[in-house]
Amino acid sequence: MSKKGIRIEALSKRYGEGNTAVFALKDANMLVAPGEVVGLIGPSGSGKSTLLKCLGAVIDPTAGRMTLGDDVIYDNGWKVRDLRALRRDKIGFVFQAPYLIPFLDATDNVALLPMLAGVPNGEARARALELLTALDVQHRAQAMPAQLSGGEQQRVSIARGLVNRPPVILADEPTAPLDSLRAMAVVRILNDMARKLETAIIVVTHDEKIIPTFKRIYHIRDGVTHEEAGEGRGFE
Amino acid sequence: MISLAGRDILHSWGKFVFTGIGLGLLIGVTLVMAGVYRGMVDDGRALLDNSGADLWVVQKDTLGPYAESSSLNDDVYRAILAMPGVAHAANVTYLTMQIRKGESDVRAMVVGIAPGKLGATPGWPPYLVAGRQLTRGHYEAVADIATGFKLGDRIAIRRNHYIIVGLTRRMVSSSGDPMVFIPLKDAQAAQFLKDNDAIWQSRRRTEANPNFNRPGVPGLLEAVIASQSTNAFVNAVLVTLKPGHGPDEVAESIRRWKRLTIYTRAQMESILIGKLIATAAKQIAMFLVILAVVSAAIVAFIIYSLTMDKIREIAVLKLIGTRNRTIAAMIMQQALALGLIGFVVGKITASYSAPIFPKYVLLTPMDSVAGFFAVLLICVLASFVAIRMALKVDPAEAIG
Repeated sequence: MSKKGIRIEALSKRYGEGNTAVFALKDANMLVAPGEVVGLIGPSGSGKSTLLKCLGAVIDPTAGRMTLGDDVIYDNGWKVRDLRALRRDKIGFVFQAPYLIPFLDATDNVALLPMLAGVPNGEARARALELLTALDVQHRAQAMPAQLSGGEQQRVSIARGLVNRPPVILADEPTAPLDSLRAMAVVRILNDMARKLETAIIVVTHDEKIIPTFKRIYHIRDGVTHEEAGEGRGFE
Repeated sequence: MISLAGRDILHSWGKFVFTGIGLGLLIGVTLVMAGVYRGMVDDGRALLDNSGADLWVVQKDTLGPYAESSSLNDDVYRAILAMPGVAHAANVTYLTMQIRKGESDVRAMVVGIAPGKLGATPGWPPYLVAGRQLTRGHYEAVADIATGFKLGDRIAIRRNHYIIVGLTRRMVSSSGDPMVFIPLKDAQAAQFLKDNDAIWQSRRRTEANPNFNRPGVPGLLEAVIASQSTNAFVNAVLVTLKPGHGPDEVAESIRRWKRLTIYTRAQMESILIGKLIATAAKQIAMFLVILAVVSAAIVAFIIYSLTMDKIREIAVLKLIGTRNRTIAAMIMQQALALGLIGFVVGKITASYSAPIFPKYVLLTPMDSVAGFFAVLLICVLASFVAIRMALKVDPAEAIG
């Protein structure tokens, strides 16, 4: 396996202290290679969201190690000073609901990230348009989020997650609000983009329809991860 | 980098514009309140300017004739005319009253002006917009156009009727009442004019008084009654100076030799502004403070609500790496935009509504500039609450 992608080793997250301490994650391990899409599944309260938040540098793990590409970003403490920049440049997010910025059109919703990173507006918009074209929503590039269908919004949201070419994308229930046809289309897009952009994608899901599409799955229960092979079926 | 605040405003411009209009009306009221104060000060200055006087000679130890009542014998001016440095001296009376015209009446300050000519006699209206100055000794009047009177109108002051022969402008008392100029003798009579019953009762009492009705002193009673029937008093003597003489120097001379109280222009202005309208000014200042606080509270509430509506978007923005200062700038720019819309609406409202107010409302450019910066400052301060809340938003909220 390539050295790129994301690797977590013995990652723990504890809430509270002493007798009231609760471990949301216990020595969780995960390895996702570039171009790979893995599923992260588990019942409610199993620690999926906590793992996603740790991976997304949104909350601090208690212990463990995380490597993103060639860089150790966490080793019993953050090794990166600017977590905000880390999230902006190295991690893409795709949410259950698209959460597009309602006052920006589809292009600017996507272009905002490179703009925040200091990319000139024209170049950022060109990059956004390229992705929107790849995701087949270029005809809606000037539309405001409220004018987009659920599937279009989710594709714009995926474009936003991909626009800075992050080595890893964290997708939190990206198909939850979609019907099976659109859900499958989103999974196909994620797989296509993962391959095309050499991005590691972790998809947190409960969606029975899409679970069989993953080649590898991480089950999480009581904060402990277990890896297993998936069915890796097609997307039809 | 695109302007997030600008895009948000354009996206929900209706909300912003209507909120801005609401805020603007409040700012308009605030500007008008400031204009009312400026108008009062300007009325006071106009009163002094229009009198044409360099010095005001009044009853000793009074703040007359505007802030307190003052009474001087009407021959005092002759003695003052003889003082070195005095070019002209003229009696003047002031009486604020309701002037009747037909069935309606108008509150005005009746000014009794001494006979003479424009430019030589202080107290005369310095310019007219229609008609002519007073030329007859009785029953003519020149009125400020704010009274609503027209040339040829017949007005009643006490029992006497006057014809409007001239109209002037911006001749107002310190409280903003328009002036009506009448001949001095008429004004003196008007100050103490009684009805026939009162005159009859007064004469009866005088006749009954053995001190005035002595059998051995023929003519005494008639003399006393005659003196009671006339008014030989005026409220002040207005003085102009000869070139080369300073007001303080001449005032000191009159004060020393005539034992009267004299005010220079600067002193009179400080009496009018510092004493006469001081309470009104404080009242207006209180209103201004309250309106500023209310405006700040409204802006704070609006910006807070607008920010609350965007909590999820702010969480997403933070999650995808937006700096705190970008989010803070977005909120502050929106607050400033709201203030800007509000100020423009307020300024237009104040400018168009000022002439409708019964009292003079003076909107000065400096007040507008100060108001503009005050609005911006209020908006900046008001946005702090929303910014504080936005910065507390946990990016994890975007994940759920």
